[in-house]
Amino acid sequence: MVSGDSENLIEIRDLNYSRGARVIFKGLNLTIKRGQITAIMGPSGTGKTTLLRLITRQLIPHRGTILIDGVNIASLNLTQLYKMRRRFGMLFQNGALLTDLNVFENVAFPLREHTELTNRLIRHVVLTKLHAVGLRGAADMVPSELSGGMARRVALARAMVMDPDILIYDEPFVGLDPISMGVIVRLVRRMNDALGITSIVVSHDVAEVSTVADCSYLISGGKVAASGSPDELRTTKSKLVQQFMHGMADGPVAFHYDAPDYAEQLLGRDSE
Amino acid sequence: MRALVREIYISIFEFVRTFGAFQLFFLRLLMHSPTLIVRRPGLVIKQIYNTGALSLVIIMVCGFFVGGVLGLQAYANLAKFNAEDSTGTVVALALIKELGPVITALLFAGRAGTALSSEIGLMKATDQLSAMEMMAINPVRRVLVPRFLGGVIAMPMLVAIFSCVGLFGAHVVVVELLDVDVGAFWQQMRYSIELIDIYEGIYKSIAFGIVISLLAVWEGYNAIPTAEGVGRATTRTVVISAIAVLILDFMITAVML
Repeated sequence: MVSGDSENLIEIRDLNYSRGARVIFKGLNLTIKRGQITAIMGPSGTGKTTLLRLITRQLIPHRGTILIDGVNIASLNLTQLYKMRRRFGMLFQNGALLTDLNVFENVAFPLREHTELTNRLIRHVVLTKLHAVGLRGAADMVPSELSGGMARRVALARAMVMDPDILIYDEPFVGLDPISMGVIVRLVRRMNDALGITSIVVSHDVAEVSTVADCSYLISGGKVAASGSPDELRTTKSKLVQQFMHGMADGPVAFHYDAPDYAEQLLGRDSE
Repeated sequence: MRALVREIYISIFEFVRTFGAFQLFFLRLLMHSPTLIVRRPGLVIKQIYNTGALSLVIIMVCGFFVGGVLGLQAYANLAKFNAEDSTGTVVALALIKELGPVITALLFAGRAGTALSSEIGLMKATDQLSAMEMMAINPVRRVLVPRFLGGVIAMPMLVAIFSCVGLFGAHVVVVELLDVDVGAFWQQMRYSIELIDIYEGIYKSIAFGIVISLLAVWEGYNAIPTAEGVGRATTRTVVISAIAVLILDFMITAVML
């Protein structure tokens, strides 16, 4: 159930975060609108996953505010935070399935922890969610028997089992075969529209994200480099956006990490 | 010189900070323990099975042979003074007061402590604890407290089993193989062992159970989330537990004398 009336569900203002000496975000501003699918894209190492962890207060920003329905999540105590987190569902990059439970129990886990539902009802809900991701037949398997793509689909079923307001997907399309990818992309869209939830998708997969996102943010250099609908981003003149959207090797974002001169290093002169 | 002073200052500061965090961590575990035992006893029972029941074979095998070798040594030395009837007393005192709790604790640290550390460390490395956080489930309450309590409850039971099997091992060696009179073996033991001796063993087993379980969950929870980090945490659990058990053993013995 969506609460609050404001069009903006999540507002990030002047976000600053560093890891050691490395600055991840400096003055990042970003708004996530209620009921939309928002994509967060950017080159590797720009802190997309870190941003998700900041939004869910697994990390605390060094400066700036993150407002969810107007509430600064940094100001919440543990009880309030857990209450807030019950509104979230999150799909982790590696699935993060509990390895001592089978597929069925993994999906049932939040229900067993938070509700007093009968086993019969839990079974019904879990099988419905597993059916949605095409893994009803894998209910008795354990996580070690699943492929990476299957594990992510189970994790998706678990993320949506509590019917959250906000679903966060961290690289949902990695490791999926084309059939599963198509199904999952449609599922993300369908859930968003049918249940009126808000979705945040972090992905490198420009083509797939473009088909599903209402709004995209491109993050680079600790700030939002561009934002708009996928079509707007694709036609923008910015070289950085063009490089990212079209996967070009040359452009403002260097493919190579900072390194000494290649020839000098091969000849061993860099250490002299 | 200034650099040395600075290094010493940083080391002391880090030690005090870690020690403070360790105490707070212990308090958090204690704070959640009563409600968890009442509301979710199944979680604790499962961990008693994991840490206790699954350690039974190693504890019983070691207990039997430790009892046996104690019986052999005691017999060989007491026989010089024609006091082999006291073998049972010597074995029982050594097992109940010292070797039972200490050897069980060292085996427990090696079997169950390492399993706890590596399991929790791997859960952290594979984002399972973060996933619980995101499901609004407190991983300290759901994962750490049951494992801590499981270890604390299992340890005294394992010590009791170790000592009993050890006495049986001594009986087999001393009575069955060395032909010491069975009545003398058990009767001498009955007269010599007092309740305070058994209490000492119980106090030690409880203290060792708390220390090893606490160290194991602490190391696992604070492991660097990489393969190397989890390995290091597991090693630290065994090493620090062993040192802590031996120091604590000395302290409790000194207090109980």
